[in-house]
Amino acid sequence: MSVDSIFVHKMWNDNELSKMVEGGIPYHMLSDGGGKIGTLYGVYDEKSGVETRGRFLIDPDGIIQGFEVLTPPVGRNVSETFRQIQAFQLVRESKGTQATPSGWTPGKPTLKPSPDLVGNVWKVWTTDKAFED
Amino acid sequence: MEEELEVGCTRPESEIPQETQEKEQPVTTERKEVSMIKVGQKMPDFTAPAYFKGKFTQVKLSDYLGKWIVLCFYPGDFTFV
Repeated sequence: MSVDSIFVHKMWNDNELSKMVEGGIPYHMLSDGGGKIGTLYGVYDEKSGVETRGRFLIDPDGIIQGFEVLTPPVGRNVSETFRQIQAFQLVRESKGTQATPSGWTPGKPTLKPSPDLVGNVWKVWTTDKAFED
Repeated sequence: MEEELEVGCTRPESEIPQETQEKEQPVTTERKEVSMIKVGQKMPDFTAPAYFKGKFTQVKLSDYLGKWIVLCFYPGDFTFV
């Protein structure tokens, strides 16, 4: 979503993005002229009249589970977005019985929060797991 | 789920439902405070015009309840995301 019109979205997709992604962008390119929706989400910068790089993860119940907002010059990391979705999905499927510690990626151990875990995280999780392999 | 837009000379507009607007009213004490989005809160709903696979459509965010949604804002077309 940006403040550009759907006509500019079409031009961008057809003339540039479709050269990077076969068949063009597979997602809806939303238009937010005037930044009304961006204002609602706290990502519209009135001074420059554009939206900042805000990314929101919303669960199937419509609850915002996470967001990241960056100023324009720095791009996002799509892999990190996927990792967070995978982590939120695991937590949701476990109905909150499992948590994903820092650096968790699919396959790495989760934590099972309980009174027994208090003070014992060091036994099941080490700091090297906070980083990518 | 979504309606295709008829293309005319007028630029389609986004729409924020009345319920969202009412919910998003900032709590006013003595100073005017701007409401901040928080994790754990319900997504503010909206309808916005969209371009999708060669068509102009109208997208309502709440039509996607039941799925995981990634909502991305960016400064402008022809920039990187």
